[in-house]
Amino acid sequence: MKKQKVTKIESTAIPLQIENVDTDQIIPARFLKSTTREGFGLNVFRDWRYDSEGNPKQHFILNHPNYKGEILLAGHNFGCGSSREHAAWALSDYGFKAVVSSFFADIFKNNALNNSLLPVQVTPDFLKLLFEIVNENHQTKIVIDVAKQTISVPSKKISETFDINPYKKICVMNGYDDVDYVVNMRGEIANFEKKRKDDYSLSF
Amino acid sequence: MNKPLTLFEKIWNSHIVFQKEDYPAVLYIDAHLIHEVTSPQAFTGLKKRRIKVFRTNRTWATMDHNVPTKDQDKPIQEEMSRKQVEMLQKNCDEFGVQLYGLGHPNQGIVHIIGPELGITKPGMTIVCGDSHTSTHGAFGAIAFGIGTSEVEQVLASQAILQYKPKTMNIRIDGKLGKGVTSKDIILYIISKISTAGGTGHFVEYSGTAIENLSMEARMTICNMSIEMGARGGMIAPDEMTFAYMKGRPFAPKGKEWDKALAYWKTLKTDKDAIYDKELFIDARDIEPMITYGTNPGMGIKITETIPAEDSLENENQRNNFRSAMEYMGLSGGKPLLGQKVDYVFLGSCTNSRIEDYRNISKIVKGKKKPDWLTVYVVPGSAHVVKQIEKEGLDKIFIDAGFEMRGAGCSACLGMNEDKIPAGKYCVSTSNRNFQGRQGPGARTFLASPITAAAAAITGVVSDVRNFI
Repeated sequence: MKKQKVTKIESTAIPLQIENVDTDQIIPARFLKSTTREGFGLNVFRDWRYDSEGNPKQHFILNHPNYKGEILLAGHNFGCGSSREHAAWALSDYGFKAVVSSFFADIFKNNALNNSLLPVQVTPDFLKLLFEIVNENHQTKIVIDVAKQTISVPSKKISETFDINPYKKICVMNGYDDVDYVVNMRGEIANFEKKRKDDYSLSF
Repeated sequence: MNKPLTLFEKIWNSHIVFQKEDYPAVLYIDAHLIHEVTSPQAFTGLKKRRIKVFRTNRTWATMDHNVPTKDQDKPIQEEMSRKQVEMLQKNCDEFGVQLYGLGHPNQGIVHIIGPELGITKPGMTIVCGDSHTSTHGAFGAIAFGIGTSEVEQVLASQAILQYKPKTMNIRIDGKLGKGVTSKDIILYIISKISTAGGTGHFVEYSGTAIENLSMEARMTICNMSIEMGARGGMIAPDEMTFAYMKGRPFAPKGKEWDKALAYWKTLKTDKDAIYDKELFIDARDIEPMITYGTNPGMGIKITETIPAEDSLENENQRNNFRSAMEYMGLSGGKPLLGQKVDYVFLGSCTNSRIEDYRNISKIVKGKKKPDWLTVYVVPGSAHVVKQIEKEGLDKIFIDAGFEMRGAGCSACLGMNEDKIPAGKYCVSTSNRNFQGRQGPGARTFLASPITAAAAAITGVVSDVRNFI
């Protein structure tokens, strides 16, 4: 199944200057009861965004009237904790196309890439600079170019390259899907099963 | 001569279906465990693609995350939870997947039932849409948590696209002190290397302190590998592993057992194999541990004081520390011993096996909880519930004023109605103390089952060594 293609993201950013943001913060477990992929954006960062009566908390950055955009800037070790893909769905559903941080947790990174949400890992110094620039001027545009693997702030003439696995890069840019890839491998997988030695997983 | 390999590399290599340079490996998956919360969207994907589950005999389903732990024989009251559970039943029926649903004697937390039934075996690859899948690594298996898109991959092909992680050896030698359990070992490690200290790596735990642990204690350590960011954790199988496995429903029998055993005995890291990272710990440095903050890396020895804010290296850390202290209603530089608690949670995939309850019962026997305290006992599986009753442990707990519940994830993640109220303190045997994890505003102290037991009979954070 084709997914959304991502080649270039050009947007203002929302600065979430917190480290170790875990997936329970991105989407608390009590909102995981839905059986579809849609609608999780409503409750993204629920307990940081709203108080117990459902009123928006003024100091939280997503409620700040000036800060809008498709890029989330976040502190070190973003997405740690639970493997819930709902975290990536919630961020996408809210409208984010990329998360920029100096470090990502493994499972979150995979989940994000499987949902055309780009995890862009930059150096700690560059992240610090981005936070400073965006805090100073919320209208600053950030440009992420997937083909060139660059993230830049044209108005400040700064840029950095980022890593993305060559396979994932092709998938993201063309909207390819991992499930299609493995389903096409079913023949090889069946052959592997026949040739295998020392498999006791189904001996009982 | 062949290149010496780590245990991880041996199992990884034997499961590669296809590997193209720079591409992720197509890795064969021996067992796929699924539950009601992270599977429905994957089944919907199969329906859209009009394909079947590729190998139904390698998929096991149970209900755990979102089930009530009270009145499990009655219909689920909460509508969305009921629908989610019914959806799993429907999907399993339609796709021919074996399900241990509510009321089934094998039902329970997915990481408790895999080992308990003998589905989990050495040398396997095991995945589940849950980060604590690392638990199964205690048997010398590669086991890791995956997202729902990956659940769909595995249902569709019995394989998954994965990049090979780096390897890391955490070696713990020496004798554990009085009152120090495997939970304290893992909380100690995470407090030293942080919640990101293992990211990108697959950990092997080794050393004499690990070799002397029971299988259930080993599972607790592997379970929390994800809390240091590691992809998974594993322990080489040994006589302890084989003795635990023998006779379990899904363990090999007769001649098959002998053949399997001969293979399992080869599953260890070669003498000169090289890990990407190594960490050495002296078991004597570990004491009973407890967390004070809002991630599992924020832990101290129970007799220590919470770190002072000015002892932290940089402004980001100080900001995070301040926000954690504000959330927890605590102050830096102060001790946790004597801190009044409101709840004690004795459950979760980390610590809800029969040995945990036996150890707890030794501390609790003949004592009563204080009036202000609520104590939940939530066993990991229907089998553990039965065993507790068989050994009469339930009487000890009920006499102490504890509440006995049915099997499920419960207040570990606050998804069903079992929640810790806002502002209340809970000593918990679970794995995460994130903000709101046990319920909005809930304040969690992670600790071992016996440290939690000491809190359950005193109503305050206590040093369990005074009760042994």
